[in-house]
Amino acid sequence: MSSLTIYKRELGSYFAQPTAYAIIVIFLLLSMGLAFTFGSFIKAGDASLEWSFFFWHPWVFMLLAPAVGMRLWADEQRNGTIELLGTFPLSTRSAIIGKFLAAATVWLVALACTFPIVVTVNYLGSPDNGVILSGYIGSFLVCCSFVAVTMFVSACTRDQVVCLLVSVFVCFLAVVIGYDPVARALDSLVTPPAADVMAATGLWAQVVRGWHQGLAQVVEVATSFGVWNHFASLNRGLFRLQDLVWFGSIILASLLGTSAILSAKRS
Amino acid sequence: MIEVDSLTKHFGTKTAVDHLSFSVNKGEVLGFLGPNGAGKSTTMRMITGFFPPTSGDAKVCGISIVDHPAEAKTKIGYLPESAPLYRDMTVIGFLRFCAAIRGLSGSAKKSAVERAIETCSLASVAAQSIDTLSKGYRHRTCLAQALLHDPEVLILDEPTDGLDPNQKHEVRQLIKRLGETKAILFSTHILEEVEAACTRAVIVDRGTIVADGTPAELLAQSGTGSLTDLFRTVTTRDTESA
Repeated sequence: MSSLTIYKRELGSYFAQPTAYAIIVIFLLLSMGLAFTFGSFIKAGDASLEWSFFFWHPWVFMLLAPAVGMRLWADEQRNGTIELLGTFPLSTRSAIIGKFLAAATVWLVALACTFPIVVTVNYLGSPDNGVILSGYIGSFLVCCSFVAVTMFVSACTRDQVVCLLVSVFVCFLAVVIGYDPVARALDSLVTPPAADVMAATGLWAQVVRGWHQGLAQVVEVATSFGVWNHFASLNRGLFRLQDLVWFGSIILASLLGTSAILSAKRS
Repeated sequence: MIEVDSLTKHFGTKTAVDHLSFSVNKGEVLGFLGPNGAGKSTTMRMITGFFPPTSGDAKVCGISIVDHPAEAKTKIGYLPESAPLYRDMTVIGFLRFCAAIRGLSGSAKKSAVERAIETCSLASVAAQSIDTLSKGYRHRTCLAQALLHDPEVLILDEPTDGLDPNQKHEVRQLIKRLGETKAILFSTHILEEVEAACTRAVIVDRGTIVADGTPAELLAQSGTGSLTDLFRTVTTRDTESA
């Protein structure tokens, strides 16, 4: 119940100020602009929107999602209104949920505003609308994860600019690290050493082998934190439990982290 | 109504509040005095449940803020220092939001908001954005927020800070009037306010109580009949502390 009150206030605040409008307009310009230029939306003749349209979303979200989430707690801490929230009879948890859902709603509206492109592909060709819907769900989940991460950063600082920079950086890492060319470059870094080293038995050869194995593991773990693995399958219309769990855990971990930071700051 | 029992707060190695105990009964207005950094705001933040105390407890209407924070918070109206507000909202929008968080709805919410607007004389700016208000109105908007649910206990952190003499007078009159039926704890730097509005006052220094009594008792204790003199003798100046 109190989550709903917080949700309404936050959403009202997004749309009472130019924030939400600016974000939505910039998002539309960027996502449509990229689809029609680098995405070769017209030339590709592909009605599924996978590469021409959805492919660009994580790149746009990594810049814009933090702009939506940065004020959530940073602003409360700077203005001191966190003291009001903290002394109202409501749990931190419901405030966090309300705020997160409000930011997610702004993105839902932004994504909904891209409907003309769906109408266009349906007019020009006969796409599988199920796949398109799945692409939208993937996009929305990426975006919600980024908003949740931003919210966590926002709880750590009272400075919105710091929050924006740090969140953009974290989201940038998540986008870049699993991106094919980068993943390949990282892979080549950890290609097994030359055959003679593999065959050698000396201490030095063992050190080199161990180093490469360690590095390969690090790269594997890092790559699994990238969004592409999980976004790409949804984008192809594939619902895999592991992807939903992945997005769900990122969001849940960020929200729990937010709660932990906010309580730690008071004690 | 407010029972503070050996409340202590450490920030790192610094002790902000050191085993502070006092109580405020219904119909009493307790002035909370002390130099800057004496631990007044920290104490108030602990009583209102914003800061968890390092040790000790505060009971509001018999409900422990440590053990049952949500329940205790419903009994308290709190005006934080510097009166923070959501500046993008209108006065009435903000008060409706606060009322909804307090669990009021429908006609109860409407009448609570109307009553608070009337008590704090905000009718002329009710539809205005908080951003455009003068400091006096902002302060009163935040005070109105504290009165919405007609709490039994009011905790006001420097309620007259930054107001002009007329506004100060009005707020003091309001505190006095509300104090007849509630328990009020308010902090201030202005010593005349103690005589003007309080039934009792405590002076805090470095987290402990150094003087406690009715305004008349404190005046007698000063020896010179001046609260300022008493204040200066019992508290440490920040230039000589440490």
